Amino acid sequence: MNIVKMNDDKNVNKSAGSHAGTLKKTGVMKTEQNRDEKTIIQDSSDLCRKRSRPFEFIIEKVILSTAFLSLAFIILIFLFVFREAATIFNNDKTETSAVYEESETYGEEALGDNPGIDKNKNSSVTMEADQSKSSFMDIFGMTWLPVSLTPKYGILPLFIGSLKVALISLLFGAPVAILAALFTSAFASRALKETIKPVVEILAGFPSVVIGFVALIILASLLQNVFGLQYRLNAFTGGLALAIAIIPVIFTISEDALNAVPKHYTDASLALGAEKWETAVYVVLPAAMPGIFAAILLGIGRAIGETMIVLMATGNAAIMSMDLFDPARTMSATIGAEMAEVVFGEFHYGVLFFIGVLLFAISFLINLTTEVFIRRLVMRRFK
Amino acid sequence: MKLNDVKKMVMRVLVPGVSGVSVLLIAGLVCGLTLIFIVNGAPHMSWEFLTTAPREGMTEGGILPAIIGTFLLVLIMSVAGVPIGTVTAIFMSEYVAQDSFVVKSIRFAVNTLAGIPSIVFGLFGLGFFVQFVGSGMDSALGHGIIKWGQPNILWASLTMAVLTLPVVIVSVEEAIRTVPRELREASLALGATRLETIIKVVLPGCSTGILTGTILAISRGAGEVAPILFTGAAYFLPHLPSSLSDQFMNLGYHVYIMSTQSSNVDATKGIQYATTLVLLLLTFVFNISAILLRFHIRKKSFA
Repeated sequence: MNIVKMNDDKNVNKSAGSHAGTLKKTGVMKTEQNRDEKTIIQDSSDLCRKRSRPFEFIIEKVILSTAFLSLAFIILIFLFVFREAATIFNNDKTETSAVYEESETYGEEALGDNPGIDKNKNSSVTMEADQSKSSFMDIFGMTWLPVSLTPKYGILPLFIGSLKVALISLLFGAPVAILAALFTSAFASRALKETIKPVVEILAGFPSVVIGFVALIILASLLQNVFGLQYRLNAFTGGLALAIAIIPVIFTISEDALNAVPKHYTDASLALGAEKWETAVYVVLPAAMPGIFAAILLGIGRAIGETMIVLMATGNAAIMSMDLFDPARTMSATIGAEMAEVVFGEFHYGVLFFIGVLLFAISFLINLTTEVFIRRLVMRRFK
Repeated sequence: MKLNDVKKMVMRVLVPGVSGVSVLLIAGLVCGLTLIFIVNGAPHMSWEFLTTAPREGMTEGGILPAIIGTFLLVLIMSVAGVPIGTVTAIFMSEYVAQDSFVVKSIRFAVNTLAGIPSIVFGLFGLGFFVQFVGSGMDSALGHGIIKWGQPNILWASLTMAVLTLPVVIVSVEEAIRTVPRELREASLALGATRLETIIKVVLPGCSTGILTGTILAISRGAGEVAPILFTGAAYFLPHLPSSLSDQFMNLGYHVYIMSTQSSNVDATKGIQYATTLVLLLLTFVFNISAILLRFHIRKKSFA
């Protein structure tokens, strides 16, 4: 706010200067000749404030408030997705304090294996004791069966599904994207660079529903015939299709990171007699590592958040399985598939929004990590 | 020593080779995917397909409502989103210092916004626009019926506008940077106020950037399906949307519905391929023109 005010003041001075000029022309100056210049400027700045400020003042305030809209949208998105998700907290009327403890430890629980299973057992026991009412604890269960006589809302299989598909896509997408970025930045001529980048941009422009369609109609049958798979649509097929979607993300950011490596690094390496490939592999690549790490992180974020591809190509079976060729159901696909059928305000609806909150939190954390941690790391290294 | 030489010779070929193959793979993906749709979709493409509505439970006929629905969606989205994005970019580059806290926080917000999964935007549209704003409007207007508190084309477009905001902001910012400092200084020195300088000097200088941002936003908005799944897209509508409170058909959603929930997926494969081809060509035209425009801007800035 201070900065804006300062700018406004500058504005006043500038327009004041111009006004002093016009005043001179109109001859008003003659009567005030004995005053020194400072007071004239002071006077005309008052005049100017009265004459031309109100309109600009309003417009500039509008510009200022519009600029903060994107900040406001982030907050609104969190608030309103969380608001709808909050219904699942109210559903549980037994012990609210226990619920909050549970929500705090959730992150660790999802990562660590053994404590997670123990807690899940506990929650499924309480669920059996009181099946008539679903509570917040239920979402840590091992089964996702929202439409049945005794609905079960355990989101763990969905979480595993998301992770599984994202990892498969990363396994195929990341090496291709990073190698292509390395080629573009280290080996390609300028003209070739100008060709590769638009091609990647076009790949980025492929609507995800189109990639999902290809995976569903062509890739799935192809993979089933080649590998003799039991299920036509499975996590592997979905992951492979998802790789197409994350390649542009990882490529673009890796390429930026590789290009950000100072030129004197490569110059020094080449001057010492290293070959082009040695410079690329032993100098440029390690120096750009934090940026490439950021690229991979953002790729994971994109893979976990992507909806249409996984909705169409993974088979959507919410089963707890570590087999890559079993069908899987991801968190995003669950929202996409089931939101249209739920009744507003009921527990299932709240759980779907809660999954949305998780997705929001994951993407937010990934962005925060890349933004704060990695950028700082890169900056320090190159300064 | 000799082994080292052999290793070096192998690596000299291997490193550029393998990384070059990855580039070829990406290029192959783009060409392959495009070819698949041209080969399979073109036979079904006809004037009739583009200009008639679906018939016989969507197993016959064309996709006109979906094309018009997509068109209306991106139109309303651009009208709502592009001014906001442009103004934000102008504020960030003209009003505050580049390393100030304000710019840093807005840039962080924009980056975060760009990283949020599209399905979460759908939830946001449902929770905020439909449930909160829409229902609020209904009760405020007091007409006793649910008119705005349900998914419709306005809420879908506004959701999409929020989703494409980062695209516009980034493009416009990049273009503003190409407007020479001297032009601004000349304008200010001639007595123009900051606002006059922005309107008469900066904006004309970055109009191509605004156009690029709009085109990229449109291409993104036309292709995204997840945000409109429950904010306004309809399975099938016999009529075109006539007001902002109507639902609409959409190309991407049509592809999704036809390929996953249709009663007879195999019989309508031709329609599915052709619909996807239309969607793909649409995004291609927009993307390529954006790339060319951006190329033009960069060339101008170097000259």
